[in-house]
Amino acid sequence: MNKNKWMFLAVGGAAIVTVLVTALLVNIFERKSEEKNPFYRVVEITDDIDDPAIWGKNFPHQYDSYLKTTDMTRTKYGGSEAFPHIPTDKDPRDVVSAQKLDEDPRLKTMWAGYAFSKDFREERGHAYMLVDQIFTERQNVVKQPGTCLNCHASTYLLYKKLGDGDITKGFEEMGKIPYKDIVHSVQHPVSCIDCHDPSTMSLRITRPAFMEGIKLVKAQQGIKEYDVNKMASRQEMRSFVCGQCHVEYFFKGEEKRLTYPWGKGLKADQIMEYYKENGFKDWVHALTGAEVLKAQHPEFEMFNQGTHARAGVACVDCHMPYQRVGAMKVTDHQVRSPLLNINKACQTCHNVPEAELKARVETIQDRHISLRDVAFDALVDYINDLKEFKDEKNPSENLLKARALQKEAQFLFDFVEAENSSGFHAPQEAARILGLSIEKVREGQKLVASLRAKKVAGK
Amino acid sequence: MSNFSKLNLLILVLFGVVIGLGCYSFIYAKGYSYLSDDPKACVNCHVMRENLDSWQKSAHHHVAKCNDCHLPHNIVGKYAVKALNGWNHSVAFTLQNFHEPILIKEHSLKVVKNSCLNCHQPMVQAMDRTDKNHNEEANCLHCHRGVGHVR
Repeated sequence: MNKNKWMFLAVGGAAIVTVLVTALLVNIFERKSEEKNPFYRVVEITDDIDDPAIWGKNFPHQYDSYLKTTDMTRTKYGGSEAFPHIPTDKDPRDVVSAQKLDEDPRLKTMWAGYAFSKDFREERGHAYMLVDQIFTERQNVVKQPGTCLNCHASTYLLYKKLGDGDITKGFEEMGKIPYKDIVHSVQHPVSCIDCHDPSTMSLRITRPAFMEGIKLVKAQQGIKEYDVNKMASRQEMRSFVCGQCHVEYFFKGEEKRLTYPWGKGLKADQIMEYYKENGFKDWVHALTGAEVLKAQHPEFEMFNQGTHARAGVACVDCHMPYQRVGAMKVTDHQVRSPLLNINKACQTCHNVPEAELKARVETIQDRHISLRDVAFDALVDYINDLKEFKDEKNPSENLLKARALQKEAQFLFDFVEAENSSGFHAPQEAARILGLSIEKVREGQKLVASLRAKKVAGK
Repeated sequence: MSNFSKLNLLILVLFGVVIGLGCYSFIYAKGYSYLSDDPKACVNCHVMRENLDSWQKSAHHHVAKCNDCHLPHNIVGKYAVKALNGWNHSVAFTLQNFHEPILIKEHSLKVVKNSCLNCHQPMVQAMDRTDKNHNEEANCLHCHRGVGHVR
């Protein structure tokens, strides 16, 4: 009996130890195999495949994180959150983001007479870029050109098709077709092929508008005949691919050619000067009769004025930082606010606790928003001042000047407002531009005072 | 052979299997390498690859190996810390439940700070390295963060 008990214990003990040792051995084996070459080419990717799911077969980790751009998470001043939406025939979305026009009605005053005063929601992740554009209320107010797809869809293949292999020609062709007719020719939001060369996977630029824009910028730096795909450094490319879309732009001429207004430089006032020279306007303001401009998400321009750009940091370093998967470093393709990923986005360089980093960012943003509110109130005040002169039959020179000042003040303000970082990308530059906008309002209000005095005297 | 000795034999065989399996695992995992000062031992686990790669490009790579900064400079302390860190690292890497980027523990940080002084003491002896309450040591690494490796 005793013997049996001992035998039982010995066999049982040996079995348990064996299980543990084997488990450890297998674990060590797994860790070692993580180090082996992890790339398996299961499909052939050519320059004619734009479906990210196919690319994802070869690059599953990148693809998995790319799919996560459907996430909706708020940060203090940005990100987005999901609101239920009752689907209609015109707008079948069952989830949308917050309506910014209700959150800040001053936007409606600034954009009076323009489609943005009808619908302007919080921007969502890359996954939504196409549906959110197709179903925005703005589509029902204006006829948009096909050009808009340049940044709301994977258009590389469409360019090749429309231009018979010449993407610049295809890009020009797409701009001539109305949005509603061409939108059915695209299927995916921004996809792998828009930034990656399928044969080497290195970054490349596929948007002619950026090629032309960056050529102008480099020419100002004394670099002639800049060909971005041949001359850009690896680190530059990690910002340039984003700069294909996260920029201020306008539609040039009759053919509505997408153009980045960088002929005089990347700063908001330099862009303003450029527009002054070519006389471009987006619309006539419904409340004042002034010709005005709409600024669009100039993150690339603004970031380049900031301290991080100066230190050689690229967009990807913070918005798509490396993550470890097994023994590999993989670029996180869930493009999102660094505030949702402080550990990898900031702490790679900043040896500071996470809570402290978040507090620093939010302090910058709090101050930015309070200055932005001052500038916004000033602008709205000025628009209200100009209302009484809207229907002047023969506008005097001073009134024309006052309206031109609205155009400038409004563009400078909107440039900062449309820039998606709540001031963080370049806090001092944003403050400088807001100050400049307030200054334009001040000059304008002096003119309004003299116009009013004339009115009284004329009666 | 009686029944009893057959049983004994079975038990002995079983123990032999366990010991053999253990020995194989130890060799497969290069367990013996951890007794050396060779930096290659530290990249048996691939999480340390970045640290080794950037150490090879660092200012210190020709004067200090991993153990010169990360272990105390006395025989007892050296192997005690080696054992403690070895245990912690093995558990963390097996369970994969560690913080990323890897954060150094307070006691390991102390070891590293003292290691700076091990060579640089003559250079910094005239520095006032504590605050007026003598409780906060100046931290070399706060400014000289990348001297050993980037992360």
